[in-house]
Amino acid sequence: MAKQRESTFVNMVVVLFLVSAIAAIALAFVYQATKEPIAKSKLEKKKKAIRNVVSEFDNNPIEDMFKIPVEGADSVECYPAKKEGKIVGYAVKTYSKKGFGGLISVMIGFDPDGHIHKTAVLEHHETPGLGDKMQRSKSTFSNQFDNLDVPNISDKDNDGIIIEVTKDQGTVDAITAATISSRAFCDATERAYNAFKKIKK
Amino acid sequence: MKKLNIFTKGFFKENAVFVMMLGLCPTLGTTTSAINGLGMGLATTFVLVMSNIVISLVKRQIPDQVRIPSFIVIIASFVTIVELVMQAYVPDLYDVLGLFIPLIVVNCIILGRAEAFASKNNAFDSMLDGLGMGLGFAMALTILGSVREILGSGSIFNISIYKGDGALVFVLAPGAFIVLGYLIALINRLSEKA
Amino acid sequence: MEYILIIISAIFVNNVILSRFLGLCPFFGVSKQVGTAAGMGGAVVFVMTIATIVTYLLQKYVLVSFKIEYMQTITFILVIAALVQLVEIILKKVSPALYQALGIYLPLITTNCAVLGVAILAVGTDGFGLIKSTLFAMSSAIGFGLALVIFAGLREQLDLTDVPEGMKGVPIAFVTAGLLALAFMGFSGIA
Repeated sequence: MAKQRESTFVNMVVVLFLVSAIAAIALAFVYQATKEPIAKSKLEKKKKAIRNVVSEFDNNPIEDMFKIPVEGADSVECYPAKKEGKIVGYAVKTYSKKGFGGLISVMIGFDPDGHIHKTAVLEHHETPGLGDKMQRSKSTFSNQFDNLDVPNISDKDNDGIIIEVTKDQGTVDAITAATISSRAFCDATERAYNAFKKIKK
Repeated sequence: MKKLNIFTKGFFKENAVFVMMLGLCPTLGTTTSAINGLGMGLATTFVLVMSNIVISLVKRQIPDQVRIPSFIVIIASFVTIVELVMQAYVPDLYDVLGLFIPLIVVNCIILGRAEAFASKNNAFDSMLDGLGMGLGFAMALTILGSVREILGSGSIFNISIYKGDGALVFVLAPGAFIVLGYLIALINRLSEKA
Repeated sequence: MEYILIIISAIFVNNVILSRFLGLCPFFGVSKQVGTAAGMGGAVVFVMTIATIVTYLLQKYVLVSFKIEYMQTITFILVIAALVQLVEIILKKVSPALYQALGIYLPLITTNCAVLGVAILAVGTDGFGLIKSTLFAMSSAIGFGLALVIFAGLREQLDLTDVPEGMKGVPIAFVTAGLLALAFMGFSGIA
């Protein structure tokens, strides 16, 4: 039976170094191998989200993507959807940092006249069973944004924000027991609309 | 120890969750549904089996004083591999399990088995041990996830089984604790009678 | 104002144990007596805060700069393991009594998912600079200690009451934890 390697200082340092080095190399290898599939699945998710939120199109919105600056140094990505050369909608990839679990990412599709066509949650870290109800598959919360006539919503409490939950004098029915997540969704939608206004002229 | 015994003890006699009370964080944090529990259990099993095998192969080469840090590096590597592979091929499950995937590295089960078994047995037996403990863990998580999903969302494996919403509390933190408490009491009772 | 929000949110609303499910093993292992629970809580505050500071700097200046974010899990856990060793050495010299009392649970802080979990959460939260991350870590650890001490008090009481045979020990502890978690949910209206 072979002897256990002794715990001398040199042995310890060498072994630890070797173990870490082998680990780092193995991981770099796996990282390279999975880089493309990860990028691909993220792209697929984006494509699906765009298709979900705007009317039928025949161009490649991802290729035609342009950025719209929002507050500070941030910007949102806008994907124009065209059919036979004419604009049929814009998909805006918006976000809100005010989610219960942090950043949420939403794709909002606008019709050319400013109505929201449809929405789709891309990324969130909200509580399962509560905040995650902002997903279309979990509850009807986001349905109230479909066909929302945003240009004609009044700012009841005059705070410059028009898309708000009823608690904040708005018209959006929040998810029960998930006000923060609901507010974040409204925040994201408001951000998208403000960006949309800039290009709508 | 008989080979079969090495494999099966992880399911009942030494079940990680119900008997040894290890790996509690992912047990409560990822069992909001049967599928989530199962996914987490399988990811953990992969790491457990692979790290058990590798550790049992190199155990003689690692000086005793640095074995814990070395084990941790080996385990962490497999966790990262699981992270990357899941991100690439099952992104939805990856998003749902979130923070708990990297936390597999501090799952006491894995370091525990490395210390208690893999560092003292050959690769094949270590693989069996890892597989048994891991699948037993996965089974416990799936059971807990199913109960919480049935009571809390009215479905199992995303198939709706009764109309209307369930009692939301079971999908949340308090429900997790309470259901696990009763499950353990039930299992204690059953194993007493057996 | 934002800082106060971070503190209250981390201690009460998103309590590390009762709402995020992190740090459960020590929660059920060390919470039998209020004294030990308090000692553990203190040790965790120290380790968690420093760990988050170090891992934040590591993430920002090494992992992101060299585009090796995938090494996060390995490097973070190694930093934590090293820190715990350090704390052990310091504690042995400074307070041998506490060192004895904590026993096996001190090295177990390494595998405490709360420490690694909070570190990962801090670097993953948008808009969290070094100061906010440190505040977040300190508050989370205080929340951990708070839940631990409260639970220890509850368990001390439980030991004196008449519990049905099947529920004695672990099961009733879990149900109690669930009720405590339910109580803490009441805080979610604040933030």
